[in-house]
Amino acid sequence: MANHSANHPAHVQHHFVDSDQQFDSAKLGMWVFLVNEILFFGGLFCAYIIFRAWYPELFTQAALELNAFWGGVNTVVLIGSSLTVAMAIRSAQRNEIKGLRINLMITILLACVFLVIKYFEYEHKLHYGIAPGSFWDPTPEKLAILDHPKANIFFSIYYMMTGIHGLHVLVGIGLMIWIYIRAGKGHFSSEYYTPVEITGLYWHLVDLIWIFLFPLLYLIE
Amino acid sequence: MAITEAKKMTTLQVKRFKPSENPTNNYLTDEKGVWAWMTTVDHKKIGIMYLVAVAFFFALAGFLAIALRTELWTPAKTFIEADTYNQLFTLHGAMMVFFVLVPSIPAALGNFILPMQLGAKDVAFPRLNLASLYIYVAGAIFTFAALASGGFDTGWTFYTPYSSDGNGAGVIWVTLGVFILGFSSILTGTNFITTIHKLRAPGITWDRLPLNIWALYATSIIQVLATPVLAITILLLAFENIMDIGIFDPALGGDPVLFQHFFWFYSHPAVYIMIVPGFGIISEVISTFSKKTVFGYWAIALSSLAIAFIGFLVWGHHMFTSGQSAVATTVFSFLTFLVGIPTGIKIFNWIATLYKGSIDMKTPMLYVFIFLFLFSIGGFTGIMLGALSVDIHLHDTYYVVAHFHYVMMGGTLMALLAGLHYWWPKMTGKMYNETLAKISAVLIFIGFNMTFLPQFVMGSQGMPRRYYNYIDQFTPFHQTSTIGSYILGVAFLIILYYLVKSLFGGEKASSNPWNSRGLEWQSTSPPDFHNFDHTPVVINGPYDYHKPMEEFQLGLAVSHNGHDAEHTSTEVEKTEEKA
Ligand code: HEM
Ligand SMILES: [Cu+2]
Repeated sequence: MANHSANHPAHVQHHFVDSDQQFDSAKLGMWVFLVNEILFFGGLFCAYIIFRAWYPELFTQAALELNAFWGGVNTVVLIGSSLTVAMAIRSAQRNEIKGLRINLMITILLACVFLVIKYFEYEHKLHYGIAPGSFWDPTPEKLAILDHPKANIFFSIYYMMTGIHGLHVLVGIGLMIWIYIRAGKGHFSSEYYTPVEITGLYWHLVDLIWIFLFPLLYLIE
Repeated sequence: MAITEAKKMTTLQVKRFKPSENPTNNYLTDEKGVWAWMTTVDHKKIGIMYLVAVAFFFALAGFLAIALRTELWTPAKTFIEADTYNQLFTLHGAMMVFFVLVPSIPAALGNFILPMQLGAKDVAFPRLNLASLYIYVAGAIFTFAALASGGFDTGWTFYTPYSSDGNGAGVIWVTLGVFILGFSSILTGTNFITTIHKLRAPGITWDRLPLNIWALYATSIIQVLATPVLAITILLLAFENIMDIGIFDPALGGDPVLFQHFFWFYSHPAVYIMIVPGFGIISEVISTFSKKTVFGYWAIALSSLAIAFIGFLVWGHHMFTSGQSAVATTVFSFLTFLVGIPTGIKIFNWIATLYKGSIDMKTPMLYVFIFLFLFSIGGFTGIMLGALSVDIHLHDTYYVVAHFHYVMMGGTLMALLAGLHYWWPKMTGKMYNETLAKISAVLIFIGFNMTFLPQFVMGSQGMPRRYYNYIDQFTPFHQTSTIGSYILGVAFLIILYYLVKSLFGGEKASSNPWNSRGLEWQSTSPPDFHNFDHTPVVINGPYDYHKPMEEFQLGLAVSHNGHDAEHTSTEVEKTEEKA
């Protein structure tokens, strides 16, 4: 191609004219993807709203089974991780690769803490037979509290919402590990940090969705 | 940004454009071998592979349709069992919608043409583009797994409780397949939106965007906004089958009407995912073959967006009989009428474009006329179905079947055929046999109307859809319909024959056989790996037919697309000598 000029930096793919165009495209693409994610979760929220409108007493009753304390801790953990991922991007912009890696590492750890807490919450419920769908088999003491013919549907919604969200956390961890490794190989600089930026965007959304899930599931009365 | 740069550029360098004929190098010769194709990120090759995949599924689903029509030759059993019949129409519908019509125009033709019409070298995310193809294949594998594990007979709409009570493995596989397939659609949409925003060549301002691009833009917005809702719906449905989560299944306390709302919230916009890209093709072909500027550029461009928007608000017209409130049905009925307006605007503008044009009845144009005729019938019958009292009578009858075949086959598929014939010389560098092409187009027109016109009559007389048996009075209608479907089958075989033949013995196509003003025609046939020898600077609009071809010029961009003006000199001179 005649137009290929000498200052086409290595990180710019052949079909982009320059670094800016590539960066803008990646960012716009990510935003479009996030819109996607919002509509995807929107379906679940919609199901939640409808069933809650039908069975308000069930929702308030069943929500007591969720541990608001640990839910709250997880909220703080995720908000903290949003902060550290933002700091990671800032480090990249200032060409501080060490800071980038440290901040990423903290973010990854916080994400893992979130999942561990979530695991223990699930574990606790499953222990009492509070399981989704056909595995619904609460122990008699729980059955006495959850005395509602549609109680299983609340927990189906709970498991679907938090489960799919947890999957997003897992994907986020994978992405950040990948970026951590690449940063170690010196792939990023203030000239090029597109993957850091767009992973950060993704992570903020994962955080944001949890901020809606937490009050809707744990804090209703 | 690109606008101001382009202005600066046009005063600097303008080269009369002349793409080389019979290029020694093109995207097909660039890399060879199966592996190179499978790992390519070239949007043109990916488009071609999509085209092959879509054609494969079209043939398969079409074959099923012939089997279904044959079964309906007699009122009782003709040659297959009732259960098999249910599975066949489900498979036919699901494949035609999800594997053929939804990806056909955007992912096959759009992939090839969109970057070329923008003067770009590729789509914004070429690897995601390739990934979308593999995701499509994965979705197909899941669907075949569904067949292997007992099949499914829910209808393409997967309504609960058909899809939830004891239907088992087949439904799980196919719903997961459709779930996966959705991602390929989402990726295509995301890619196109980004490409249109960020990768336009200098000079392609929003008011010089070809109408095909506007249509693909509107389509991509619908894909991005609607498909995730289908994804979550179908995922919940899969879990309904895997572990009885009880959200949609009435037996477990769930709500089947909720499923219908969710499903149609996607699937009504999805009908516009299917038809709007077709509108784009029609605009291009009409303008090229009547040698006229498109009448009402902005009206056509913006009506696509209007359709995309209103299309999200009418899903309830599929559920007039499902127990919605009277208020809801009235509102949905009213909004459904509204959708007809932007659609009508398009039709009138196309007709106005034809007016006093010098019309050249080549095959693509023939398909445009077929489209205008059939799609108008489809649209009008849609409005009738949107009228409440009429729909109570017609819902779930053959009238609905005829309606959506007139819009989907008479609309989308005819537009696809128009586009395929229009861009075939560009894509393959070969001309097809014009006589055979015209004969098959006429056969399709005859066969199509024979197949589906009687279905309007039957439907209005009360023949329910999806039935295996029927009362004797409908026999002549069903038999006419069946004969029509055979004619259609023959016509498609002829198309397959001459298209394949053109690949091997066809006459070589010049770079611009239709004398179009579209940017994609200003490159070689078939195009170079990078689409254009130079990044073009676009000075003229896409429909500037008032300028003689010799005056129709493309600017020559300096390196970096004019993004940094310092680098003008040397390279430009060199390339000008070459030209
Ligand atoms: C002027 C525009 C249109 C209007 C007003 C319209 C209206 C309607 C209405 C009211 C129904 C429901 C009938 C019933 O089930 O009782 C319907 C069904 C249908 N329409 Fe349209 N339609 C329009 C265009 C289209 C287009 C462009 C497509 C596809 C390319 C399409 C595809 C379908 C399909 C597939 C169904 C049947 C779904 C099913 O139950 O399986 N329609 N239409
Ligand atoms: Cu509809």
